[in-house]
Amino acid sequence: MNNLFNYIDRPSPIHRLTGATKCVCLLLWSFAAMFTYDTRFLFILSVASFVLLKVSRIKWKDVSFMMVFTAAFLLMNNILVYLFSPHHGTEIYGTCTYLFGLTGKYAPTAEQLFYHLNYFLKYTATIPFILLFVCTTNPSEFAASLNKIGVKYSVAYSVALALRYIPDVQREYHDISQAQQARGIEMSKKATPLKRLKSAASILVPLILSSMDKIETVSNAMELRGFGKNKKRTWYMGRNFKPADIAAMAVCILLVAISYALNILNKSRFYNPFI
Amino acid sequence: MKKFSVKTIVATGIGAALFFVLGRFVAIPSGIPNTNISIQYGVLAFIAAVFGPIAGVLAGLIGHFFIDFSFGWGVWWSWVIASAFFGFMMGFVASKMKIDEGQFGKKDILIFNAAQIVCHLVAWVVIAPVLDILIYQEPANKVFLQGLVGAGINIVATAVIGTLLCVAYAAAIPKKGSLKEEE
Repeated sequence: MNNLFNYIDRPSPIHRLTGATKCVCLLLWSFAAMFTYDTRFLFILSVASFVLLKVSRIKWKDVSFMMVFTAAFLLMNNILVYLFSPHHGTEIYGTCTYLFGLTGKYAPTAEQLFYHLNYFLKYTATIPFILLFVCTTNPSEFAASLNKIGVKYSVAYSVALALRYIPDVQREYHDISQAQQARGIEMSKKATPLKRLKSAASILVPLILSSMDKIETVSNAMELRGFGKNKKRTWYMGRNFKPADIAAMAVCILLVAISYALNILNKSRFYNPFI
Repeated sequence: MKKFSVKTIVATGIGAALFFVLGRFVAIPSGIPNTNISIQYGVLAFIAAVFGPIAGVLAGLIGHFFIDFSFGWGVWWSWVIASAFFGFMMGFVASKMKIDEGQFGKKDILIFNAAQIVCHLVAWVVIAPVLDILIYQEPANKVFLQGLVGAGINIVATAVIGTLLCVAYAAAIPKKGSLKEEE
């Protein structure tokens, strides 16, 4: 299970923070990066998140697959944005500076390229931080920490249950799929999408029926043990806040505040160097 | 049954696990970023129809969050929220149905599919793109195209998978009064 979510157990200051802290920081950090398109601020966030990745002693080979994957995704999105609105940048910044002496719908403008730079920075500001969270947070501790930041424990327990049953469902899906393929159901790329959809259904029916049985069994077992009787519950994986946790959250709150302040100072969500 | 009971909690958890596994490992790419032929929405619609809106909204939220989380491309809140909305609305519409008592007739199939088409359209053509524009400031026509393609694919997937699952599940449950006293 831990492999699925890429949790890497390696002693570092980031690992020592509680899951709740990291969850709150992730939310605040992504809000800070989400609200503003200020290039300078996004640049600082990007550098900071790469530094944090270094501090947490995560090696390039641990995350290289995800980084490459994200880079491809980012490239594709950038191309799509350019194809769909090559003048998105000029609309935002209000000026139009053609580059290389070209004009026309798809001619590159300084504003558009600057918009793409911002778009790119927006990702580099958040993606390393998300990887950091994914790699340094134990999934079970994450479920426990949700309860700590004010999520109802029944909901937090649903998250824990989901984490617990993902490997089970995965194994069961694999077993059923092998059995159905042995009986001649085509699941590979050779079949048409609609046909694949139909064969997926023939795997899903047994999978769902057995999952419904599982829901019955698990909920009966929990009810028999009196789940939900008390207002609070304790968590095996839960940990208490330390000064470092509070400091980390304070820094992130400050970042959100800066992000807001920049929006007001720039009088828009964009930093405009063109006027 | 439809209130927030222990069963709802468990159904949410296992529903989210199903949503995650199907979305993460079984998705068939359609060539447009963030848009897959996602059979998990059929399952989400089914879970919501049987266990109610709360299970639907949470299973969609948790399942989709974990999919984005495990791909490592960042959590796209706009799309996660749209998934959660779809789960909630399907649970809401289907709250009158009695699938768990073995009833899922022609009328239910019609209501179920009409509801899923409307819910998918609202989720992917209104909620997801609008949030994309608000949160990420993406160009409007790009996100609306993504949303429209996504909605179309999801509608087909839900129509095939969701309906089939509801019919199969209802058929597997003994009907009320199906046992007769021997005379």
